[in-house]
Amino acid sequence: MVIKLNPIISTEGLTHVYSEGTPFEHVAIENIDFAAYPGEYLGIIGHTGSGKSTFIQHLNGLLKPTSGVVKLDGEDIHSSKKFTRQVRFQVGLVFQYPEYQLFEETVYKDIAFGPKNMKLSDAEIDKRVRTAAELVGISEDMLEKSPFNLSGGQKRRVAIAGVMAMQPKVLILDEPTAGLDPEGREEIIENINNYRKVTGTTVIMVSHSMEEIAKSVDRLFVFHDGNIDMRGTPSEVFSHSERLEEIGLTVPQVTKVAMRLRQMGLEPPRDIYTTEHLKAALLKLKGGEADA
Amino acid sequence: MLKDITMGQFFPGDSLVHRLDPRTKLIMVILYIAALFTAKSYVSYLVMAAFLIISVRISTIKFKMLFKGLKPLIIVIAFTAILNLFFTTGEHVIFEVWRIKLTWEGVRTAAFMLVRLVMLIMGTFLLTYTTSPISLTDGLERLLNPLKKIKVPVHELAMMMSIAMRFIPTLVEETDKIMSAQKARGADFETGSIFQRAKALLPVMVPLFISAFRRADELAIAMESRCYHGGEGRTRMNVLRMEKRDWITLLVGVLVLALVIVLNILGL
Repeated sequence: MVIKLNPIISTEGLTHVYSEGTPFEHVAIENIDFAAYPGEYLGIIGHTGSGKSTFIQHLNGLLKPTSGVVKLDGEDIHSSKKFTRQVRFQVGLVFQYPEYQLFEETVYKDIAFGPKNMKLSDAEIDKRVRTAAELVGISEDMLEKSPFNLSGGQKRRVAIAGVMAMQPKVLILDEPTAGLDPEGREEIIENINNYRKVTGTTVIMVSHSMEEIAKSVDRLFVFHDGNIDMRGTPSEVFSHSERLEEIGLTVPQVTKVAMRLRQMGLEPPRDIYTTEHLKAALLKLKGGEADA
Repeated sequence: MLKDITMGQFFPGDSLVHRLDPRTKLIMVILYIAALFTAKSYVSYLVMAAFLIISVRISTIKFKMLFKGLKPLIIVIAFTAILNLFFTTGEHVIFEVWRIKLTWEGVRTAAFMLVRLVMLIMGTFLLTYTTSPISLTDGLERLLNPLKKIKVPVHELAMMMSIAMRFIPTLVEETDKIMSAQKARGADFETGSIFQRAKALLPVMVPLFISAFRRADELAIAMESRCYHGGEGRTRMNVLRMEKRDWITLLVGVLVLALVIVLNILGL
């Protein structure tokens, strides 16, 4: 379980309004209180337009809140320009489809872009590039290749390594598996889990694949219409599966099975979201009936 | 930041100006520009100003938005005004320093030029603010149709224009996204000398070009797979039709131009 220390990153009353004062005015997120504690693995889910992407861009200071504050280690990230720039390196953000941001001649140079901007020594940069590449399974001989000659999944992993190489205190990934085949997805998720194990970094992952996120994260935030609709451990959140479907999110297949069983008059526990849970619940139900 | 660019942006609405045929609006802008450049006196400028203000009022576009559109052009406007201020020959000298003469004629020309440019820009902005890019190119294509006789590829030009306009917001959004992504990796676009800043844009330009080519490729395939083969025999979903209001508007436009010419002849 997570030991409640001071949050590493938190927001208070965070609100962002796009195009304020024009006919296109749009409230993207409203009054969001959020806290992540050191070492936690958090998941953010919500469908398109729920404000999750806007929200995470506040966490590293790319977007300035219309009102409210974002704090890193208790300090307002917009307190000074210099600090805001520091925050970029301490809160690593991997955008959606990060492979579209690759631009260097070689994989090595592209991964080194972040560390170079941090003005690190060449030896340190080299060390970080190689560590990050290894974490995402990019082999030594690939480092000298052009990033544009790699496969989609490899490009994605190079781009993620580019952020990991900055060794941020908090790593945020926006739909890191979007558009990949199942094998590619698994690889990326494994890379992230691996990275977490090795570095102990706080990781925040945005996704709309419930199955993927439910298995790994400690806590889950459900975004809906610019607000946090639900928050809690995966089992707390998935015990409200009806509400999840109501706001247009697809719940894991196994949760659906449990919901149907409930409709049929059985009483499986409400927090089923992995195959193991369902299996245990079914065996228990069967045992119960056999007893009767 | 980039999203706040207002140049050439369309603000949907349902005013008379919005509903006018794009051809009417295009011709009106041409008439308006012609009148602006023939106007020579205070009275005719007042007529033009009244015409602009009334049009803007009808369109329900806020003057604030029009002035916002002027912002990126301030330097050009100021430069023109200053040139006119000092390089107009005249007899009524206000003061003279070395070779630079400031004359009343210069002040007058500069002021007229300033008003003329500001009104010109505001008028054309009114067109783009109230007309969607698609209907604008549609109108342009129909207006230029006669040129087909002399083998001008009107349809292709119009199609290229609509595609270009269609992709401006997409590319702006894309630039924004790539810039954010590189900023997240510590790229710095705001400080340093001009050369450093230009170099800092490389991580944005390379991915942007790659994605633009990719998009162009995908679009071409998508169009071909829907059997697009140029303008020959192509019909439209929304056929443009001139209504009574269009003819009345055009009449007003012609009258304003005529009035300005008459005022010139009368020497008012």
